[in-house]
Amino acid sequence: MNSEHEASAGDPDVWQLRLYVAGQTPKSLQALANLQRICEEHLHGRYTIEVIDLHKHPRLAKQDEIVAIPTLVRKLPDPIRRVIGDLSNVQKALVGLQLVPAHTP
Amino acid sequence: MIGITASERPSIPKAPTGIHGLDDITGGGLPRGRPTLVCGSAGCGKTLMAMEFLVRGATDYDEPGVFFAFEETADDLAANVRSLGFDLEDLAARDKLVVEHIRVERSEIEEAGEFDLEGLFIRLGLAIDTVGAKRVVLDTLETLFGGFDNEAVLRSELRRLFRWLKDRGVTAVITAERGDGTLTRQGLEEYVSDCVILLDHRMFDQVSTRRLRIVKYRGTMHGTNEYPFLIDNDGFSVLPLTSLRLDHEASNERVSTGIERLDAMLGGGVYRGTSVLLSGTAGTGKSSVAAYMAAAACERGERCLYYSFEESPSQVLRNMRSIGLDLAPWLENGLLTFVSTRPTFHGLEMHLATMYKHIRDLDPRLVVVDPISNFVSVGTANEAHAMLLRLVDFLKSRQTTAVFVSLISGAAATEATEQNISSLIDTWVLLRDIELGGERNRGLHVLKSRGTAHSNQVREFVLSSRGIELRDVYVGPEGVLTGSMRLAQEAKEREAAENRRLAIARKRREIDRKRRALEAQIAALRAEAEIEESELELLLGAEEAVERRLQSDRVGMARSRRADAEEEETA
Repeated sequence: MNSEHEASAGDPDVWQLRLYVAGQTPKSLQALANLQRICEEHLHGRYTIEVIDLHKHPRLAKQDEIVAIPTLVRKLPDPIRRVIGDLSNVQKALVGLQLVPAHTP
Repeated sequence: MIGITASERPSIPKAPTGIHGLDDITGGGLPRGRPTLVCGSAGCGKTLMAMEFLVRGATDYDEPGVFFAFEETADDLAANVRSLGFDLEDLAARDKLVVEHIRVERSEIEEAGEFDLEGLFIRLGLAIDTVGAKRVVLDTLETLFGGFDNEAVLRSELRRLFRWLKDRGVTAVITAERGDGTLTRQGLEEYVSDCVILLDHRMFDQVSTRRLRIVKYRGTMHGTNEYPFLIDNDGFSVLPLTSLRLDHEASNERVSTGIERLDAMLGGGVYRGTSVLLSGTAGTGKSSVAAYMAAAACERGERCLYYSFEESPSQVLRNMRSIGLDLAPWLENGLLTFVSTRPTFHGLEMHLATMYKHIRDLDPRLVVVDPISNFVSVGTANEAHAMLLRLVDFLKSRQTTAVFVSLISGAAATEATEQNISSLIDTWVLLRDIELGGERNRGLHVLKSRGTAHSNQVREFVLSSRGIELRDVYVGPEGVLTGSMRLAQEAKEREAAENRRLAIARKRREIDRKRRALEAQIAALRAEAEIEESELELLLGAEEAVERRLQSDRVGMARSRRADAEEEETA
């Protein structure tokens, strides 16, 4: 549940991302790999990724209202955004994280 | 009935719902350890039924439950069911119930690739483990279809979910919206095939009725009809006819109707706890008889509940005062309770439910329903019949005497009620108009009275400021005469009787006179005879004198002849 990357928390420019997975499934591994690639490309040095395995911490599922797995939650900046799936569709993932405007082709 | 017999044979294990009536229909409850689908249109009570299943399970059967709400928050749910007496917070505090809101907000979710619903499984698993739940409700799972785009994933995940629920051995209730032409909008019945219950909330003539039907129940027999159900202050209740048994006690006690001659016609009144039907065309005095019966009950110190569906209580009071019956004292001391609503105000089920509630709360000994005819305007004749059947049975089981007033339409006093409830009725008093000689009068007769040697005669029924009076009608060669015809006939009869009396007196006088004349005649004849007798005596006397004279003459002559010898001979 760590996987901190280069930036310190509390900085308003730093993106706090949380990835909820359930065990080391191919989908979750895929999701994490895809996420790291997207972040390196678009948010280099301005992000933290927290991976939460719900099988180890089931109570957090209720707290963050997780239904689908994997779910990526953008805690910061506001507002909270959610992207579900293994992030293989990069375009949709970028739209979901508001890293590109929704209407961009 | 089917359900009851089914429960006697070994069938699949069942989890009692604790919902009044539902366990009768299902033969003991929902299939234990399997999912049950409850479907129906919006507002038909799916959530409530599911919630009651959980609450009853937690309180009555010691089976903790988990409620997963996809549409409402836990706070909203708790507030909604508090009016039914369910305290979810208390149950949650005692670890009997978990209510969890699953928020799926389409606008906040972006799908980017493959996913599954493992998060839901984890949350459900955690909730089940927290309280050791035996029962699970998912309300309404279909909301998920609005939250996610990838339907193929959803469907395979739902299939997995139901299998998972079965593996966990929990008795689950899944609610679903009714679709167009299908049981559920998303075809959930495809996954849940053990037990499907359909709830219906239909409008008929602008009045709503709720119904429940078990579409299928694998591995067991079940009631197949549509059963009306109610949602009231005490929760959900299904009203199967078949759960009512005919095993009520029959009382031998007679209760007076308050009308002396009617009591006499009925052999001393009606039996306690029976049902009385007063039927008749408009204005035949049905309500008046009912009010008399109510007043008689109050006079005996018994509580009486009076449903007045056409008149307000003050109107009833005023009208009854006009026939010399003052109900006000009973109203004041609380023995008499009026309930006045328009029948169309509620659906039939709601009526029945509120009536049950009133009757349970007040525990009256006599219940008057005036009139039952209006119920037909709320539902169909069949529904009204079913409702009255349940009401009659309910009252009988409580040993409460029931008085139903039924208006018969049509000019002819038919011996049928629109509700066809004659078979439910123990004593049927028919009031009818007798139109004769340019006036209408009221006639009353007892059509039937079970267990009673009742009078077979028609009585004239007179309403006056002195109250109700029953009079013998004149039955003559011209038929039944009532009212002024009867009075005229009675006058005629009186006159005829007077004439007869006079004739007899005259005859008597005549005979008297004749006798006297005869006696006079006898006296005259006797006098005549006496005269003749005395004449005879005179003649005899004269004759004797003549004889004596002749004798003396002869002696004198002999002496003068000196015939001594002859003298001796003749001497």
